[in-house]
Amino acid sequence: MAVKTFTIDGQQFSAQEGETILQVAREHNIPIPTLCFLEGLSEVGACRLCLIQVEGNNKLLPACTTKVEEGMVVHTNTEKLKKYRRMTIALLASEGNHVCAVCVVNNHCELQNLAYEVGLVRVRYPYLFPKKELDATHKRFVIDHNRCVLCTRCVRVCDEVEGAHVWDVAGRGIDCKIVTGLDEPWGDAETCTSCGKCVLVCPTGTLFEKGVTVAEMEKQQDFLKFLVNARKKREWVYEE
Amino acid sequence: MSEKIQKPRVATAWLGGCSGCHMSFLDLDERLIELHDKIELVYSPIADIKEFPRNVDVTLVEGAVSNDENEEMAHLVRKNSRFVIAFGDCATTGNVTAMRNRFTPEELMRRTYTELAEEKFAIPSDSIIAKMLPKAIALHHLIRVDAFLHGCPPTPDEIWFAISELLEGRIPKLATAYLRYG
Repeated sequence: MAVKTFTIDGQQFSAQEGETILQVAREHNIPIPTLCFLEGLSEVGACRLCLIQVEGNNKLLPACTTKVEEGMVVHTNTEKLKKYRRMTIALLASEGNHVCAVCVVNNHCELQNLAYEVGLVRVRYPYLFPKKELDATHKRFVIDHNRCVLCTRCVRVCDEVEGAHVWDVAGRGIDCKIVTGLDEPWGDAETCTSCGKCVLVCPTGTLFEKGVTVAEMEKQQDFLKFLVNARKKREWVYEE
Repeated sequence: MSEKIQKPRVATAWLGGCSGCHMSFLDLDERLIELHDKIELVYSPIADIKEFPRNVDVTLVEGAVSNDENEEMAHLVRKNSRFVIAFGDCATTGNVTAMRNRFTPEELMRRTYTELAEEKFAIPSDSIIAKMLPKAIALHHLIRVDAFLHGCPPTPDEIWFAISELLEGRIPKLATAYLRYG
């Protein structure tokens, strides 16, 4: 495979054809915030937090799905990008009901950490306070749509890793939501194996285990790398 | 001419919140004595002062704007204060106070005073009772806010930092020092 040479934030890099900007950035500790991306799952470029600027291109591109190209000049942390990332988090905050103080993942939440990372001091947009539902029909887990940011990690992990495809996305715009089965209660979804992978990859307090209360839920996601390594490389080791 | 130097005039207000932010303020403990030497507390739920005064230097506002009384108070605070701080998560985001927003005020009153009440009370209708707004909102969605002190509640150290910086004539860089939700 061909090797591509390019610059990120003024530094020269080379990478194999087919690698993404995000992969290269992660390898070299260049911080790019991500939300829908999770190593081990396919990339969908849905959350728009990893947007980067490429010289000669007017559009902002998601680092997770943009492949390296010869001579590419990439910027990952311009004022424009910082502003857009802050706007993205602010919009996520305004269109859900994210009440950190009473959330099961308070202090262990990826959305909360991103809000700090992008410096979200206050949300300028009016909060929409949408009427969202909570489904506690599953015997072990709960889904609280109030906290959902539609990253689709649950959809992907269930389809790509567990192979059950219980989850999917329904509706459009502000009515868009994650559904189980054919939009039936989770407890009635016969394809669910109750493996809990969706709960662990969920970045917010949307999916959680029954019995946990405020700030008690911490998501362990290293299982995913282990499984993917085991399947693809036949390596059965936990990385520290 | 009097040589007397006037101490900064500080106020705190309590809108739609649980008073937890004020409890945290009281948890400044012995630092309250130091604070008393440096400022004049001109209005607060912890002081017996009836009217919100004019010419206030700094006002900390706890709670979301949830009823017509809060709304009136927020406007008065803004009009009479040079510097307004949203004090805690309810003032900053609506937080727990805004969790009632999925219901209408009528639904809430019926649920609270009749359906869940052990004795069946009538829904209070006296005109002196504050009227709930259709939605509880963050303070900066009603009035201009100059700084945000996050947390549910903000810790005494965070409160102390904000006040100390202001007393030194600096705008507290809360966003970098103490940005947190929940």
